Amino acid sequence: MDEKTIIAKRIALELHDGDLVNLGIGIPTMVADYLEPGKNVVLQCENGIIGIGPLSDTSTELVNAGGICATILPGGCFFDSAMSFSIIRGGHVDLTVLGALEVDQEGSLASWIIPGKKVPGMGGAMDLVVGAKKVIIAMTHTNKGIPKILKKCTLPLTAYKEANLIVTEMAVMAVQNDGLHLLEVNPQYTVDQVIQATEAPLRVDHVIPMKGIE
Amino acid sequence: MKSFIDEKTFQSLLHDGMTLMVGGFLSNGSPERLIGAILDTSITDLTIICNDGGFEDRGVGRLIVAGRVKKLIASHIGTNPTAGRLMQEGKLIVTLIPQGSLIEKIRAHGAGLGGILTPTGLNTIVAEGKRVIQVQGRDYLLEEPLRADLALIGGAIADRYGNLRYRGTMRNFNPIIAMAADTVVAEPSTIVEMLDPEIIITPYPLVDYILKEEFR
Repeated sequence: MDEKTIIAKRIALELHDGDLVNLGIGIPTMVADYLEPGKNVVLQCENGIIGIGPLSDTSTELVNAGGICATILPGGCFFDSAMSFSIIRGGHVDLTVLGALEVDQEGSLASWIIPGKKVPGMGGAMDLVVGAKKVIIAMTHTNKGIPKILKKCTLPLTAYKEANLIVTEMAVMAVQNDGLHLLEVNPQYTVDQVIQATEAPLRVDHVIPMKGIE
Repeated sequence: MKSFIDEKTFQSLLHDGMTLMVGGFLSNGSPERLIGAILDTSITDLTIICNDGGFEDRGVGRLIVAGRVKKLIASHIGTNPTAGRLMQEGKLIVTLIPQGSLIEKIRAHGAGLGGILTPTGLNTIVAEGKRVIQVQGRDYLLEEPLRADLALIGGAIADRYGNLRYRGTMRNFNPIIAMAADTVVAEPSTIVEMLDPEIIITPYPLVDYILKEEFR
């Protein structure tokens, strides 16, 4: 199983029946593929749709937040961007999953700009992490060995103290008031290896094998 | 009844240096015929307000690639590599604004409001130079209203009165920018006799001109 699949499968367990969920582009989008059959999760895309369905190669008037043609499920609806971000910012989205370049021990995250190198922009990410009830970061644990989970983010922030859970191919970590708690470790790695790959200190109380990836 | 116009009349509304709001999300719901009509003129130095920078061959991305844009106000330019390159070379001014703040700034002008207070962007570089105002014990960023000379609407179905509804996700920024510009031009994919009043999104007095259907 590759890193992305491990991350997506583990995060799928965090989505609950009846949740209104926004999935970012990349690994977060893959989470929808690993939901338990019968679990009724409602997906929202910030371009103005609740109830987005599988991708399609025929539609031209319906795209997902990545601009890819998609479908709408029964009961779904369309709305404009002001309504979409009122839903997001107003706290009506239960959960958002997004990628990040860096996350720190306080739950601050950086995801939209590498000054002087790459400036794609924040899109809807700043509103999503501020507005969603729960924020899950889906990312590889390091950037080719360089830690991405830091004491303090070095890149310009997407938001200050908004991340709740970090899921990587190595581990699951919760952001709490006293720092990062290591909750689960992928059995392919040891707790020490996770600590080595993480710049921020990890509180290690009761660690269990990573769920959902067997 | 609205003025139904052709590309030539639309071109007569344009001038160098004007500010345009253009509908569409990654070009889904962008008015491609109106964008093409701008490219057929020599109009330049435009300020474009749009959700994103489109693609190099679609949406407002075509105007950027053609060097017609002086300034872009958007939430994202990652799908248009030329926009990123022109920005790094100092040939394009890009102002990035969180998507939810961008649409609310536009809505504020259209709704006659002096701005909006949002928690989005607090403690980030987005807050630089902006006022933080405390309301009911919480901090908010003041985002000021945003207007344009001309709004270009896509993704719509019009009736002969000029009422608009929108198709699928093509609604996005379109009905909001229809409120925030001095002049509003819509490019519907279809024009019908009369829309059901219950499903109209943009009422006809807000629309100044409708681009006639293409003769095929």
